Amino acid sequence: MNQSTIPQNLRSGAMSADLVKDGQRAVPAPLGHALVDAARQDERIVGLSADLAKYTDLHIFRDAMPERFYQIGMAEQALLGAATGLAMDGYVPFASTYSVFATRRAYDFLLLDIAEANLNVNLVCALPGLTTGYGPSHAATDDLAILRGAPNLTIVDPCDAIDIQQAVPQLAASDGPTYLRLLRGKVPAVLDEYGYTFELGRAKLLRDGADVLFVSSGLMTERVLEAAKELERDGIGVAVLHAPTIKPFDEEALVAQLGKGRLVLTAENHSVVGGLFDTVARTVASRGLGERVTSIGLPDAFLEAGALPTLEDRYGVSVRAIGETVRGML
Amino acid sequence: MTSSPTPLDPERILRIREAAHRIRQYALIQAEVQGQGYIGQALDIADVLAVLYTDQLHLDPLEPDSEDRDRFQLSIGHYALALYAALTEAKFLPVEELQTYASDDSRLPMSSMRTYTPGVEISGGSLGHGLGIANGVAMGLKRKGSDRFVYNLLSDGELGEGSTWEAAAVAAHHELDNLIAIVDFNDQQADGKSTQMLSMEPVTDKFEAFGWIVRRCDGHDVEALLCHLIELRETEDPRPRVLIVDTTLGKGVDFLEAREKLHFMKVDQEEWSVAHEKLAESHQVLMQESGR
Repeated sequence: MNQSTIPQNLRSGAMSADLVKDGQRAVPAPLGHALVDAARQDERIVGLSADLAKYTDLHIFRDAMPERFYQIGMAEQALLGAATGLAMDGYVPFASTYSVFATRRAYDFLLLDIAEANLNVNLVCALPGLTTGYGPSHAATDDLAILRGAPNLTIVDPCDAIDIQQAVPQLAASDGPTYLRLLRGKVPAVLDEYGYTFELGRAKLLRDGADVLFVSSGLMTERVLEAAKELERDGIGVAVLHAPTIKPFDEEALVAQLGKGRLVLTAENHSVVGGLFDTVARTVASRGLGERVTSIGLPDAFLEAGALPTLEDRYGVSVRAIGETVRGML
Repeated sequence: MTSSPTPLDPERILRIREAAHRIRQYALIQAEVQGQGYIGQALDIADVLAVLYTDQLHLDPLEPDSEDRDRFQLSIGHYALALYAALTEAKFLPVEELQTYASDDSRLPMSSMRTYTPGVEISGGSLGHGLGIANGVAMGLKRKGSDRFVYNLLSDGELGEGSTWEAAAVAAHHELDNLIAIVDFNDQQADGKSTQMLSMEPVTDKFEAFGWIVRRCDGHDVEALLCHLIELRETEDPRPRVLIVDTTLGKGVDFLEAREKLHFMKVDQEEWSVAHEKLAESHQVLMQESGR
């Protein structure tokens, strides 16, 4: 490489295990611990992974309950096949891999074996949207677009450790198949400050405000809450409706917040094609509400590799970029 | 690898042959309703299904979902009419219902699906899925301490799917000795002969290399089929088991056996009654050879 092409002030694009910021409250491996707790209550729960237990926090379950864990190896189609068979026999499998592998490589198995048969298989899949700097091979910017067309499938995009901890027993208890966009490692704890509890299928208003309504899911809810605090200092009132269940979508909670003359934006850690924005837009259009909705999300493009903070700014999904978008529209 | 089967009670063999004949008749009845279909495959697998459904599988048609049952999983969903014929022979379905095959609102769709038909364990059709699902069921049976078996019927064409080999590796690694796969080697796929398109031979060597117990035999030799299936079930060995069966498309109806080999066979209206006659003739010859 020519010396002159090396940029200054390099930031690492290496796989970061944690999403937590300095000084932020966090919970280690919330999925793993919640699954162990749930499995102590529910004998039907088993765990499986395709060579990514350690990177999906399922190693916590594996180490606590080794007799209830299956290592399938690097074989995602076989992972979903085994989970299907176990569910057919009355077990409640939690199967983990990265989102890109479950949705792109093994989609036929997810759709026909699990969703069509409406089996209680729970897929917990890491690296949703832009949570890795590895680029398109690892970043699932299209998983919601792929999965929203799968009948019977419940899709959950959690914001933080609170969402994950509370979702796990509800996913196990719900009869059909589920897909969780997993946040792993040390995961921020945010939503308990808002008197919030996770309810499968429900969207909840975390804060109210007169000027702006955010409808958000996943880790973008944390960012819009941060942005809301900053905007409030400038006298801009911001409401945040957190919609962690993408499908089935809580249309009533959304509709109750529309028609109030506010700037409406969706915020999602996913391509602007086929995810939360499309879900919200579908509701607005089908009900004839005529509300303008602006989408904040990842571009309809293959993401570049790099350091997450750089990319978050570049693609307009950082706290700062969200604030700028709102100010630019008011 | 082939072992020489031990002689079995001739009455048992005859009973299975009679059942295989009825399964072929039931398959013809269904295919005639549509005037076409996967009749070649149904006729080729009838002997295997007769051994399974009338001798080997522990099933109760009055309790199709009983915990204490063997699981027979048809990975190749397009063999549905063969499965419905076997389920009719095993009293899961009434004979009259065969007339509804692949018609609107029928419980017997063209490709077999778990949600439609009593006794159908999995939804087949998208090939390369069955063996992976069988792994999970075998794991579940072991967790429960059940001594029941999972049988998975797949095709030679399905060996081209990488997922079949993922599943084969997983079965061996997890020592699923309660899993018996059966590969219908009829050397026929949608575009032609399997061995001329993407040959997976030597199939026995491949499965052995993957850590399976492998047997291979003539898929129309009822005695050999029975001996191998008994042996594969009773052998004390941690490995999963596979029986590869060499079969003839259209078996039992001479003009279909001789016809240009097609994945999806078309039969003219006037040929159906001839097909029934030819089937009866070939069955009679078989019985005479057996001294009946």
